[in-house]
Amino acid sequence: MVKILLVDDSRTVRLVGRRMMEKMGFEVLEAEHGEDALVVIGKHPDVTAILLDWNMPVMNGLDFLKALRALPLPKQPSVVMCTTENDMGHIMEAMDAGANEYIMKPFTEDIVRDKLEVVGIL
Amino acid sequence: MNPLDYKFLSEFLQSNSGLHLGENKEYLLESRLTPVAQSLGLSGIGELIQSLKRMPTLELKTTVVEAMTTNETLFFRDSKPFDDLARQMIPEIMEANKTQRTIRIWCAASSTGQEPYSIAMQLRESFPELSSGWNVKIVATDIDGQILAKAQQGQYSQFEIQRGLSIQRLIKYFDKNEKGWQLKPEIRNEISWKQLNLLKDFGMMGQFDIIFCRNVLIYFTPEVKKQILDRMAKHISHNGYLILGGAETILGISDAYYRAEGCLSASFHPHSTKSSGVTALR
Ligand SMILES: C[S@@+](CC[C@H](N)C(=O)[O-])C[C@H]1O[C@@H](n2cnc3c(N)ncnc32)[C@H](O)[C@@H]1O
Ligand SMILES: [Mg+2]
Repeated sequence: MVKILLVDDSRTVRLVGRRMMEKMGFEVLEAEHGEDALVVIGKHPDVTAILLDWNMPVMNGLDFLKALRALPLPKQPSVVMCTTENDMGHIMEAMDAGANEYIMKPFTEDIVRDKLEVVGIL
Repeated sequence: MNPLDYKFLSEFLQSNSGLHLGENKEYLLESRLTPVAQSLGLSGIGELIQSLKRMPTLELKTTVVEAMTTNETLFFRDSKPFDDLARQMIPEIMEANKTQRTIRIWCAASSTGQEPYSIAMQLRESFPELSSGWNVKIVATDIDGQILAKAQQGQYSQFEIQRGLSIQRLIKYFDKNEKGWQLKPEIRNEISWKQLNLLKDFGMMGQFDIIFCRNVLIYFTPEVKKQILDRMAKHISHNGYLILGGAETILGISDAYYRAEGCLSASFHPHSTKSSGVTALR
């Protein structure tokens, strides 16, 4: 089963996101912040895609993304930034740091589906 | 809703927009028309029907028709037609039209504009050479004047720009403003807009290399579909294409077309162009 990692400090977002993506047939892993997510990636280097919040305590999404892209993984996962930050500046910053797609919250199931399709895992 | 009112509205929609309501759509009528009645200061659908019977002004009829036609659409819907454009249709048409250097595309139910704008983006990305020396015309039409006005503005909500549009395309073609996301003039200016009811004569539209007629025929009865498709065939140029929605077909409806080879989308050539091609060879 294709593994997706959901990184968000909000329990509600993780709950809603998990439901959507299980419905789409993925195995869903969760992390509460960037550091937590690095640990999960250490255990599951075969994660195919990451839905990544920006604002989180301990380690934010952008710092996590930079750390992730520096890891010597057999295959780098696709990263979909998923945040309430919705201006061009933030979008460009995330793309420059190596994000593959960008979702502006609030998201709907249609949007998540479309974006996972765009990055080629649906 | 009482059966007589239902019958009246069904017939009204059928004759004014071609919309084929079918049975058991009370819910749809109520959810769409109650807000219309309220906005006109009427107590509800009952009074709205009374007004339609007593004083069917063009304005009132248009308001009701517009409320009932669904406008759902998204950027690069189904993606296949856009791949076919880039891979097969446009290269073929460029070869066929290399002397006059024109390409004409008609988007026959353009709704809020995502479809014609996606065509313009695809052409710009896949065929940059078209911007010099070629005359490319994309005509977008819809029955709904309000929706057409919105389309023309190229102003979209955060929800709309996240349906079907990659983030790279958002960055490339849109600016953010207080209202949401504004399409840049370089794409916006590529489209010509016109209000048009497909049930009526469209003889003045001229000839096209490609007609997009997606997700609109679904509302019509088979007879109306056939009538529209047969008339459309006459507007498609030699070896041109008709593109229908992913779930639509002409099979058993119109025999004016045959399936286009090599396409992944629901695409068809009109027979007339084929036979005239054969005649030309003889
Ligand atoms: C679901 S949208 C399709 C938009 C786009 N072609 C797509 O596939 O995404 C259907 C559109 O058809 C328009 N429409 C309905 N009846 C029509 C008619 N008789 N003539 C022209 N347009 C019509 C509606 O106003 C609406 O915008
Ligand atoms: Mg957060």
